[in-house]
Amino acid sequence: MKPAPFDYVRPDSLGEACEILASDEDARIIAGGQTLIPMLAMRLARPAKLVDILRLQELHGIRADEGAIVIGAVTRQVEVERSEIVRRSLPLLAKALPWVGHPPTRNRGTVGGSIANADPSAEIPLVAVTLGAEIEIANPPDRTRMPADDFFIGPMLTSVMPGDCVCAVRFPVWTHPRVGTGFHEVSARQSDFAFVAAAAQVALDESGRCIAATLGLGGVGDRAIRIDVAPLIGDIPARKKIADVVRAATGNLEANSDLHASADYRRRVAATLGIRALEDAFTEAVSANGASP
Amino acid sequence: MKVRLTINGREREADVEPRKTLLDTLREDFLLVGSHAGCEHGVCGACTVLIDGEPSRSCLMFAVQADGYDITTIEGLAPAPGELSIVQDAFCETHGLQCGYCTSGMILAAHALLERNDAPTRADILEAISGNICRCTGYGQIVEAIEHAADRLRKTNVPRGGRP
Repeated sequence: MKPAPFDYVRPDSLGEACEILASDEDARIIAGGQTLIPMLAMRLARPAKLVDILRLQELHGIRADEGAIVIGAVTRQVEVERSEIVRRSLPLLAKALPWVGHPPTRNRGTVGGSIANADPSAEIPLVAVTLGAEIEIANPPDRTRMPADDFFIGPMLTSVMPGDCVCAVRFPVWTHPRVGTGFHEVSARQSDFAFVAAAAQVALDESGRCIAATLGLGGVGDRAIRIDVAPLIGDIPARKKIADVVRAATGNLEANSDLHASADYRRRVAATLGIRALEDAFTEAVSANGASP
Repeated sequence: MKVRLTINGREREADVEPRKTLLDTLREDFLLVGSHAGCEHGVCGACTVLIDGEPSRSCLMFAVQADGYDITTIEGLAPAPGELSIVQDAFCETHGLQCGYCTSGMILAAHALLERNDAPTRADILEAISGNICRCTGYGQIVEAIEHAADRLRKTNVPRGGRP
């Protein structure tokens, strides 16, 4: 359980980090290291060089910008969990965070690390897909934004090219007066990998009609996906309709089968948790007092 | 590579390979063997130390990454040589350990929890030690020990909040 030898560098700027990455195809980024170091310890990964970006201030922090909350890649998960601005403006992310790993790994693990790792059962990528977040990617001198849907392409696979660096995640903020969220997950033990996770966010108008709704599922297939819940928009939500819409949309989901859970089980749980997450979200939105987010 | 680490309030220096984990550095270079090497890939929690007061796995950090942080190991908890901290004492009193392998990690996780919240619910306690595996006790007495320590911390007349 000892990693193979590697060189360690800690560049002073993002530009320098990308330069090193571009010049050495065996170089890899390390930030919190909560996934990479186990891979190194088991020698499933053997990079020649680790480029430590954890202390790059330009990649750190949580700020509001143009209707979104932008979370820097090296912002630790625990900082997001404790952030007042996240609780107010990104209630779904705040609700999902306690499900990410456990306290010691959240103390070191970063938001960008979880995004770049692209585990199909990970909660932060699920919230990014559910809310339609954008991933900011640096490849100096360019800095591009990519929708989460295009960024995640498979299990542990993203569209990031060699020499690129994920630098922030841009989560859109819903400004509707009455917003509710729901998050449910099934795993073998608390804080273990999710077999299935469901994240929902909805908004109601003054009369109680649904004006926006989104539902995402993680752990089911090769990556987190958004489910079509558009038929709920325009109606005053009823339990039966929620169940019908989710069941119709999840009936033919592509699901993975493994030792822990069969594809059928995953599809069944996906429908059940999707319904629960939406019901929670509507209940929360109904009791929201209309205060601005 | 040379690294300068702040461990239990003291500046220490070591010459380590980049691949050497903080855990191995603590144990081999500084002989702080209270941090235990269990799974060495981030699953068991036996190697837990506090980094700036927050429980973290010392097997999931390289020593070369650890400069500039305030690192606390189990050796840094006791107020004086031969004494035990309130949390350590509570673990002894309620038999919160058997073989002792997980104990240093459990105590540091509990210590960090009680520094933030000295009236934790049972759920808070379970969450705080959810990353630490114990194969002896069945966790019942560990939870009891942390509840006991919380009770004593609330009643203590010694000022708290300093390090550790």
